[in-house]
Amino acid sequence: MSDTTLQQPSTRSRSRGAETWSALLSNKLAAAGLVVLVLLVLAAVFADVIAPYGYTDSDLTRRLQPPSASYWFGTDELGRDVLSRVIHGARVSLQVGAVAVGISLVLGTTIGLVAGYRGGWIDAVLMRAMDILFSFPVVLLAIAIVAVLSPSLVNTMIAIGIVFTPIFARVVRGSVLSVREEVYVRAARSLGASDLRILGRHVLPNVAAPIIVQTSLSLAFAILTEAALSYLGIGVQPPRPAWGLMLLDAQGFIPTGAWWMSIFPGLAIFLTVMALNLVGDGLRDALDPRQRSVIQARGAEA
Amino acid sequence: MSGQHPPAGGAHGAAAAASGAGPDGGADLVLSVRDLEVSFGTKRGTARVVRGLDYDLARGETLAIVGESGSGKSVSTLALTKLIPIPPGRVTGTAHLGEVDLIGLSEQELLPYRGRRIGFVFQDPMTSLNPVHTIGRQLTEGMRHHLRLSEADARDRAVDLLRQVGIPGAEHRLDDYPHQFSGGMRQRVVIAIGLSCGPDVLVADEATTALDVTTQAQLVDLVGQLQADLGMAVIWITHDLGVVAGIADRVLVMYAGEVVEQASVEELFARPRHPYTVGLLASLPVLGDFDRDELTAIPGLPPSATDLPPGCSFHPRCTFRDDPRCEHERPPLREVAPGHRVRSFYMVPEEEARHAAASERVAVEPPDVRDQGVVS
Amino acid sequence: MARFALRRSAQALVALLGVSIVVFALIHLVPGDPVRTALGTRFDQDLYEALVARAGLDQPIVVQYVDWLARAAMGDLGVSFRTGQPVTAALLERLPATMLLAAAALLVGLVIALPAGILSAVRQGKPIDYAASGFAQIGVSVPDFWFGLLLILIFARGLGWFPPSGYVSPLVDPVESLRRLVLPAVTAGVVTGAILTRFVRSSVLEAMGAEHVRLARAKGLPERYVLRHHVLRNAWIPIVTVTGLQLATLLGGIVVVEVVFAWPGLGRLALDSVQRRDYPVLQGAVLFMALAFLVVNVLVDLLYARLDPRIRAS
Repeated sequence: MSDTTLQQPSTRSRSRGAETWSALLSNKLAAAGLVVLVLLVLAAVFADVIAPYGYTDSDLTRRLQPPSASYWFGTDELGRDVLSRVIHGARVSLQVGAVAVGISLVLGTTIGLVAGYRGGWIDAVLMRAMDILFSFPVVLLAIAIVAVLSPSLVNTMIAIGIVFTPIFARVVRGSVLSVREEVYVRAARSLGASDLRILGRHVLPNVAAPIIVQTSLSLAFAILTEAALSYLGIGVQPPRPAWGLMLLDAQGFIPTGAWWMSIFPGLAIFLTVMALNLVGDGLRDALDPRQRSVIQARGAEA
Repeated sequence: MSGQHPPAGGAHGAAAAASGAGPDGGADLVLSVRDLEVSFGTKRGTARVVRGLDYDLARGETLAIVGESGSGKSVSTLALTKLIPIPPGRVTGTAHLGEVDLIGLSEQELLPYRGRRIGFVFQDPMTSLNPVHTIGRQLTEGMRHHLRLSEADARDRAVDLLRQVGIPGAEHRLDDYPHQFSGGMRQRVVIAIGLSCGPDVLVADEATTALDVTTQAQLVDLVGQLQADLGMAVIWITHDLGVVAGIADRVLVMYAGEVVEQASVEELFARPRHPYTVGLLASLPVLGDFDRDELTAIPGLPPSATDLPPGCSFHPRCTFRDDPRCEHERPPLREVAPGHRVRSFYMVPEEEARHAAASERVAVEPPDVRDQGVVS
Repeated sequence: MARFALRRSAQALVALLGVSIVVFALIHLVPGDPVRTALGTRFDQDLYEALVARAGLDQPIVVQYVDWLARAAMGDLGVSFRTGQPVTAALLERLPATMLLAAAALLVGLVIALPAGILSAVRQGKPIDYAASGFAQIGVSVPDFWFGLLLILIFARGLGWFPPSGYVSPLVDPVESLRRLVLPAVTAGVVTGAILTRFVRSSVLEAMGAEHVRLARAKGLPERYVLRHHVLRNAWIPIVTVTGLQLATLLGGIVVVEVVFAWPGLGRLALDSVQRRDYPVLQGAVLFMALAFLVVNVLVDLLYARLDPRIRAS
């Protein structure tokens, strides 16, 4: 990972990566979450192959059918197959989640790195700006941003991306502050390495762990937020089969007793978010040796 | 100095009155520990943290337990009143305080002994006190519980205690919070808490380690004086043989959960026989310079409690090792002189020990720390 | 303490200023002419000009901001593009419903989280710990609006115990008001409770691991006393903080639950104003909720300082 001759922790990152993996997989809950995630990604990628029907295929003669052999999850008010729409919905959710978190990851990491590494007034200005974004309730800020940008798939991604930026900035800045004065960073600086090089080679690898954990947890929250925005009608727009949007539809049919329309898309959101949370918690335990020893101690007690 | 202070031990109840008749029959025996074992169940197997510990403690006596961190020295005393998490911890053996075997008691039954009969002073004065309660509250809660004192009486006694441990303006400081005290002053408060219910035994667990040299000397001296006044026994746990020299009557040297050498302090400093003790003494800094680092002069690290080496637990680090049994057989604790016991197949000859020590140390005589102390 | 309160309030004011800039800027980033868009097909030149002048949109942007801020500070947030009603009045009209729901949800959350979190910390690694942690894991993963739909399906449509939606003021009909409050409060409360359970558990665990707790045990104090005065008393400090933050979040973020249960609160007002492109209302609602969020945060910090003598003294 590093060609530098300076001693630094990241030179052992390969073995640490392997160690993290085995720690993650030995955590049963995290492993289960990982399995669910792999299945979800497969469903999203191969949605066209797996789904028994197209997500817009409607058969008005078969409206609001309860689950049956041909429609496992039943049909909606337009006679569309709920199962197929749930499978296609995975694609939308994962896409929005990944792009949104990607945006906050890049923005937040950059801001956090610069603020933490440079310090001084740059730090003050950047972090005050983050604080201000942070002082909005998440959903409210997302609503306001979408209101300005007008509701669409892409704007949902942007809105969520902006909302989650401050968290990354804070996490990264905190970690940077803690490694900034480490010997290997000071040594690299004294050898005249450029700031960019120091950040890329020495600081970033050593703040990777909290970033990875935050990414996984934010993905869960981003998917939850996307579902909420779509449910509110200001996220993903029809006819795209977003899970939140399906629930918005479904609510109107609760009085008719069409429970399957509400149950399955919600279950999909729940399982996805739970899987991401479990993996995120597992990663945190695996990457933080202090936490890990706690887990072992608990294992010993049980 | 302590007019209102009831004498430690003796004065409370039948159990204490009977303390003169311990298992060894010694007239003034307060604590008698036999075959104490402490283990923890962990994922990597059973960690045997204390193995077969025996010692007696007489009234007014100071016993030092010396060892590196992880040697089991702290756990062995915490385990006496089950102050370790159980499970995963497991304690066996006996520990007679007077006629009562503490090990056989439940946690509930131990409550009247904790603080009341065995007082504790822990290492770090910055964390030993609860930041959200006044020191008066923390000093009186034990007395109010054990001695059933009224709030006013407890406060009066608290002021006396604070005076005793040398806190200036004691009567005005009861309602202060810990953060308003310096580290040394806080440790005095912690000592006052340890003394508050007049215990038979005071366990000082690295009680001065976190403090600066001058404060250390003052507190060491303070405990010595209080001990003389109150007649309690003290177990002084430390990794620093230098501290031991000034205060202890007898010393237990622990390594990997067991006693490797046990002697009076004069005997131990004059004629150390165990290779580990010799190593410790050799690593001791020159008189007066209290080095607060862990002892590092002996090469290697102590073994993990889950993975003890076969044979003598010290053999992997031992420079003297020359007996074929070292690697296979656990050496017994042998009496080499009256009251001096050593767990080793190889007894370091007096000459060699003196040589090892002399190269580093000015004097084998214990430094008298009490001369440096200033007690108000 | 007074100085701390002053400093903290000053910080909040600065943050509020920043928030106001963001809110103001957001609305002015809207492409096109907001008034024209809002009026849509009901366009009328006189009304249009009146609204533009009333909103000050014919002024330079900085003047608009200062003007808007000055008015906002006086409690004048402009008038709705749609109804002509003063925004402040519209907000105040919706405030009680949101406050009632947020308070009820917090109550439900605490009733769940305090026993669950404390028990699971005290009995760490025991079945109750796994049960509480499992609940917390599920609670933080479940989408609140879906959970609300499930409750409606089961308790309103299925069992018919509670009405599926709507709000009645407790001043008008307390019993009916409560009946309508149950499902939305449980919906928001369970999610809040899950977050708080995790937090209470970790706070108590951390407090239990403190050295002074070991000393308290070594004093021979009964376990219940130690737990109450040396563990929980210390764990309270972070718990109070996070509870306050949850209240702030509920006040500003309960939009989704309000929509599920057709609860006429601030969140719904904000959402409706998005859909109707009624920007003064949106602006006012967002500013108002951010203000509530900040105020609660300051109050929490002050409470924190009261609980922690180290800060109280400084």
